[in-house]
Amino acid sequence: MTRARADEEPKPISSSSSSGGGTAMRVIVPLQGVVQGRGGLFLGSVIPCALFYFLQLYLKRFRNDPGDPNDPSSSSPTQNTASSAPSRSSSSGQLTEHHGLRRSLSRSLLSPRNVGGPACVSGRVISILKAGETPCDVGSKQVEDDPYDEVGNPGGVIQLGLAQNKLSLDLVKNWFAENAEEAIVGGAGSNGIAFYQPFDGLMELKVAVAGFVSQFLGKEVSFNPSQIVLTAGAAPAIEILSFSLADSGNAFLVPTPYHPCFDRNVKWRTGVEIIPVPCRSADNFSLSITALDRAFNQARKRGLKVRGIIISNPSNPVGNVINRETLYSLLDFAREKNIHIVSNEILAGSTFGIGTEEFVSLAEIVDSEYLDRDRVHTVYDLSQDLSLPGFRISVIYSYNNSVLAAAKKLARFSSVSAPSQNLLVSMLSDTKFVQKFININRERLRRLYVKFVAGLRQLGIECAKSNGGFYCWADMSGLISSYSEKGELELWDKLLNVAKVNVTPGSSCHCIEPGWFSFSFTLLTEKDIHVVMERIRRISQTCKSHS
Amino acid sequence: MTQSHRTTEPEHRKPTTATAMRLIVPLQGVVQGRGGLILGSLIPCALFYFLQFYLKRHRSPNPPSPSASSSNLAGLPRTSSRSTLSSRGSLGPVRISARGSSIAKPDDSPYYIGWNKFRDDPYDKINNPNGIIQLGLAENTLCLDLIEKWVSENLSDSIMGRDGDDLSISGITTYQPFDGMMELKVAMAGFMSQVLGQAVSFDPSQIVLTAGATPAVEILCFCLADHGNALLVPSPYYPGFDRDIRFRTGVELIPVHCRSTDNFAFSITALDQAFNQARKRGVKVRGILICNPANPVGNIIPRETLYELLDFAREKNIHVISDEIYGGSIFGNEEFVSMAEILEAEEVDKDRVHIIYGLSKDLSLPGFRTGVIYSYNESVLAAAKKLTRFCSISAPTQRLLISMLSDTKFIQEYLETNKRRIKKLYDSFVAGLKQLGIRCSESSAGLYCWADMSGLIPSYSEKGELELWDKLLNIAKINVTPGSACHCIEPGWFRCCFTSLTHEDIPLVIERIQKVAETCK
Repeated sequence: MTRARADEEPKPISSSSSSGGGTAMRVIVPLQGVVQGRGGLFLGSVIPCALFYFLQLYLKRFRNDPGDPNDPSSSSPTQNTASSAPSRSSSSGQLTEHHGLRRSLSRSLLSPRNVGGPACVSGRVISILKAGETPCDVGSKQVEDDPYDEVGNPGGVIQLGLAQNKLSLDLVKNWFAENAEEAIVGGAGSNGIAFYQPFDGLMELKVAVAGFVSQFLGKEVSFNPSQIVLTAGAAPAIEILSFSLADSGNAFLVPTPYHPCFDRNVKWRTGVEIIPVPCRSADNFSLSITALDRAFNQARKRGLKVRGIIISNPSNPVGNVINRETLYSLLDFAREKNIHIVSNEILAGSTFGIGTEEFVSLAEIVDSEYLDRDRVHTVYDLSQDLSLPGFRISVIYSYNNSVLAAAKKLARFSSVSAPSQNLLVSMLSDTKFVQKFININRERLRRLYVKFVAGLRQLGIECAKSNGGFYCWADMSGLISSYSEKGELELWDKLLNVAKVNVTPGSSCHCIEPGWFSFSFTLLTEKDIHVVMERIRRISQTCKSHS
Repeated sequence: MTQSHRTTEPEHRKPTTATAMRLIVPLQGVVQGRGGLILGSLIPCALFYFLQFYLKRHRSPNPPSPSASSSNLAGLPRTSSRSTLSSRGSLGPVRISARGSSIAKPDDSPYYIGWNKFRDDPYDKINNPNGIIQLGLAENTLCLDLIEKWVSENLSDSIMGRDGDDLSISGITTYQPFDGMMELKVAMAGFMSQVLGQAVSFDPSQIVLTAGATPAVEILCFCLADHGNALLVPSPYYPGFDRDIRFRTGVELIPVHCRSTDNFAFSITALDQAFNQARKRGVKVRGILICNPANPVGNIIPRETLYELLDFAREKNIHVISDEIYGGSIFGNEEFVSMAEILEAEEVDKDRVHIIYGLSKDLSLPGFRTGVIYSYNESVLAAAKKLTRFCSISAPTQRLLISMLSDTKFIQEYLETNKRRIKKLYDSFVAGLKQLGIRCSESSAGLYCWADMSGLIPSYSEKGELELWDKLLNIAKINVTPGSACHCIEPGWFRCCFTSLTHEDIPLVIERIQKVAETCK
């Protein structure tokens, strides 16, 4: 502002001072004529305005040149917290610019002054750091500090918040004992474990993965190894897709409740937004196209560009599967709006099929019908399917060549180490073991799930219908003191600190109905279930006595 | 504009002069008085400014304009004509994001074109003697025998544990911290002080482990610079930085050109010049990225320069990223000084210094994909730990490395043998080039030499350099990295990585270069 004024003032001052004088002034005369005529005020306002406008335009172009117009900090409201930080740092930057002028003269003088200012980190990272602790983080920390152990620490916190399956670890262990050494060293002959490997995974592993995925999906789908990109876990797989499908400031529709990690995987570094599409307990939290359509249009109205839908099938945390009909209408919807579908099927290998609903992969539907496949991308997680989360190997399976090309290049940031790849090549090629593992694992999951749900039912807590995954999604709205997020978090706090049970509250999953909790039961043994139930019962009694 | 008319009018009613004009009269008075033009310009300006301000505040939650306009178009007719829209929508192919498609574009850098060619037709002494020899990838196979021996002896113990009990199986299968197991950090800290300087004790809590040095560089850039900011990088620099940094972070790299007359050592004056030029362009410089020992030149930054660099960084209040991934691959007589050693000795403000390390070069384990961020800045460490969810190391590999790095006797033997073997190969490779009249810049570290072939290029320009590179690749069947891929401003320099060769391969390589050299002369 001050600069703009300085630019404009000299002209008007010289003209007006002379026009006030009136007599014998040559230069000002023509101006005075304009001023005294009708055009005076008009021109007097238009000219400076125009000047000011062009100055602003100039400044803006000059300033925006290095930055991208899509800069997340300017477009996304969620990062408003971040935008305060860069502005502070940019002003400090200008300070040094002024010093820069006198640099050569007083370099030694200047440096002690600048020492006071600490080196600041980037604005986007400040927003990540500020994001703070979610209930999941708090719970996990408590478990870490004081883990339950039947013998060693019977008063410790029981972990029911981590999606990890320990039920079939014995099978994996036996296989390792027999095969691990040969798998790693044997592989070293052909590939070598030490050399550079393709960032997006060994071809041998891709072939083995293609076979494995069609094996657990029921052999009806044939997977093409060249459409596979391997990444170090599901988090980078989702992030890479988010990068390749949407620009900063675009959005994805995600049916809620969704897994809390999406907020990090989709949004953190990509600048992409998530638009929650609420699902209701009345429909057993299943997805409706009407709700999607409404969310899509609302986003449009807000000026947000929706680039795709991310679904989890089986849903995480509810555990229900999306039926064939819905998948077809979802594809129709995506085609109509011309957007992508990311199908997150990381729990596909852990379905246990209670009831009539069978799991249908989106890949199966796209495979059987020739729809425009370009818009469909699936994510599998080998480490979840085989209960090896420590291995951190996931799969992006896409029909879109551009997405594959981009994902292969981006895999440089999240590639899997060669020893683990070799190990998995032999493990997945052992189809007999894989089949046995899948069957036994499903059986154990089902048994434990039934037991856990029955235990909760005895306490009067009902669970949503589930067909897969490591969770059950329980309705504890009867126990919360007020029907709101606050009431839910109070109960969560009690469960964690009094009952010493770490669960995930529905609000972390963006569930709009308060009182739902996710229990991950696959870390438990059958004996542990009684302890958990006993602990919850105590809490529920105190809750009821209050109300 | 019209608004401004109205607001100025009522203020000055009285001063009348001329004939029968009710509306214009007061205005004319102002105009004829001294304040006329000033007020006439200031008031609209102020109004206009506030209008813009108002508009801006209201518009800020919206996305950039191009998408907004297209979404408005589609959004309006929605309810009435859903079916017509859907047929229209299905015709158009689904598009991927702009940044995605710019990444998906085919490679245009000679660095990657050469790799792809090599992949299709790799040299093999017996099976494919006319294939392409890879001198473009900094990979060290000289001590593979030592690694293989160690792995075959210790593999099952290190991964499965000595007795294969339940604890050790959960050690590799269950969730581990994203930023690496504590045991591995401790082992890594020990290894780093063994390699980067015995005088330094590295603190395991300042270590963040990543799946390779590539994500380590990317994460640091995310943490230190915002979209549109820049880092100064002395050039020639490692061609991979362009991808590591530019692909996703939106951070710009500003090359600070070094000259052959200084043996490509960078000077603070050049840094300062580049810094000020960037400022003039309106680009905000957030840090300096140095490679020590340098890649592709192989020279080592002297202690003095490091001190000056720190002073410079302090003066400008910017960060220093020191990539010391070749810190253990030193074969010359020059003394290597790690940034960590300097910081340990002096109590300077440490939180602007970040070190990158990895096992791909010094331990020749690129397949293990293990990188290290070593930082003195609490916020950077906290953020980096959170971001490692996207690039964590597989647990079996971590177990294997814990035992390998803890075996200090093996590591000591390995490091010494490795240095000896690199030195030997370097000497014979450089001697071979010298016979052809090709000189290499002085180098005392790394897995490559930086050769001056400007005598062979048809025209002293980037075009001439790429012509020679093309000849070397397609006629001599040798894949080298041209200086232009490393952003070197002097044409005719090439990086040749020799550590994936054996001694017997060297005469063949020299002979192939000679053939091309003869046609050039």
